[in-house]
Amino acid sequence: MARAVTNQRKALNTALAWIVGLAIFFPILWTILTSFKTEADAIANPPILFAFDWTLENYSEVMERSNYGRFLSNSILIAGGSTILGIIIAVPAAWSMAFVPSRRTKDILLWMLSTKMLPAVGVLYPIYLLCIRLGVLDNRLAMVVILMLINLPIIVWMLYTYFKEIPGEILEAARMDGASLKEEILYVLTPMAIPGIASTLLLNFILAWNEAFWTLNLTSVDAAPLTQFIASYSSPEGLFFAKLSAASTMAIAPILILGWFSQKQLVRGLTFGAVK
Amino acid sequence: MATQHSRSAARIMMAPAVFLLLVWMLVPLCMTLWFSVRDFRPLRGGDLGFVGLENFGRFVSSSAFWPAVATTLVIVGGVLLISIVLGVMLAILLDQPMWGQGVVRILVIAPFFVMPTVSALVWKNMFMDPVNGVFSYIWQFFGADPVVWLSEMPVFSIIMIVSWQWLPFATLILLTAIQSLDSEQLEAAEMDGAGPLSRFGFITLPHLSRAITIVILIQTIFLLAVFAEIFVTTGGAFGTRTLTYLIYQRVLESQNVGLGSAGGVYAIILANIVAIFLMRIVGKNLDK
Repeated sequence: MARAVTNQRKALNTALAWIVGLAIFFPILWTILTSFKTEADAIANPPILFAFDWTLENYSEVMERSNYGRFLSNSILIAGGSTILGIIIAVPAAWSMAFVPSRRTKDILLWMLSTKMLPAVGVLYPIYLLCIRLGVLDNRLAMVVILMLINLPIIVWMLYTYFKEIPGEILEAARMDGASLKEEILYVLTPMAIPGIASTLLLNFILAWNEAFWTLNLTSVDAAPLTQFIASYSSPEGLFFAKLSAASTMAIAPILILGWFSQKQLVRGLTFGAVK
Repeated sequence: MATQHSRSAARIMMAPAVFLLLVWMLVPLCMTLWFSVRDFRPLRGGDLGFVGLENFGRFVSSSAFWPAVATTLVIVGGVLLISIVLGVMLAILLDQPMWGQGVVRILVIAPFFVMPTVSALVWKNMFMDPVNGVFSYIWQFFGADPVVWLSEMPVFSIIMIVSWQWLPFATLILLTAIQSLDSEQLEAAEMDGAGPLSRFGFITLPHLSRAITIVILIQTIFLLAVFAEIFVTTGGAFGTRTLTYLIYQRVLESQNVGLGSAGGVYAIILANIVAIFLMRIVGKNLDK
């Protein structure tokens, strides 16, 4: 009965979904397109969608003027460093909670989650003051550590939910065969956990890359990542739409590509395993 | 099953993560509590001593407090409403059979990956600019006067920007939940003569209720802390000062740390009230 209308309905669904999808994506598409326009074309009325003189001028100008490379390398260092450091600290913790659970494991996991709920603004001044006192305001290493601490609860949680899915019998079998704790982790667990670790890495890299409260408040020049680079365009300079678009495209392109790979993990990571 | 040996090893392996988070939580929290009961202005005389709960009273009775609470509620409520209602509709749409589903999913989820400062600036300049923004072209096309979005309807503009970022999140989670719905149940209801609306109201929506609750709780926690979108667009002007932004201004802009810290304590209490409900759901899920 339903089969007869299927194709018609499918076409209707497809059309509707594509319209909605493109509408949601439009601001990003518009930004990318504008980044290849001249400033005159960027503010042409009526707006030009595709038929303009494509140019790379904005990119070279933004790179020349604003030292884009330094912001980019800071972003990579801070996001990458904090994620890797977080994984190194979280893997053993998540491992022990998943495979040697005790009565307190659940409480510890929930407590870790609660630290993530602490509003950043509530502890802004203490952190700011500590950074000044320790001489690490606008310091890359300090940002690595701070962003690691912010994302550590999510990293532990994600790894925990992945490790939980590894059947315990395999570990027991390895133990029976005389594997030591170290061998068990290195040769049995790690290979099975690599997909989980990889998706944790990806999602937390994205979260750290886009973090905009601490990076805006605790960095200015030396450690400033791309969030600051873009915020500097909120001055009247930002009215040069084509250059703003080029800068924006450069700030979001790497993460957009990574993000598309990680959409499945996103749900697990951000709902703490409550929706799968 | 677990041996004594592995138990103590487990404790050691957990120690660094637990210790770091404990320090990260307790030290700043204690400092905030300490500052909140002192008259502390780094640029005007430094720490002027213990003032009891005076800061807590002054923070609440300042003329900026209630407007900030109202703005916070409107922004959080508005974004939640938009992202949940549209999110449910979008999730149902994306769950239907169609061509190019994967690509549409990617298009819909993309805004979530855009850096908050970028989305705020792009919306502010390229869409909401009263002269050269895309909206002003559309308004002109229909013969209407362009709206000066960020000063004429600043709160609505910020709700729009933030909703654009969070709608993908809600959609993705609701879509995941919808996909776990047993389609036989829907088919059975259809055979029994239930129309699309009653199928939605009696089967789909109840099935989604848990996911919706989770989306509301998680988004509330993040939305209470919205910062970059305001920082870049209005800087807290035109009545867009939320509680978070008010505290930020007290602490870093006017350097009244005592007062700001008292505000911070309020913010922590508020976030904890929401967090308790979220933790209960997550905790129940852990027992399974």
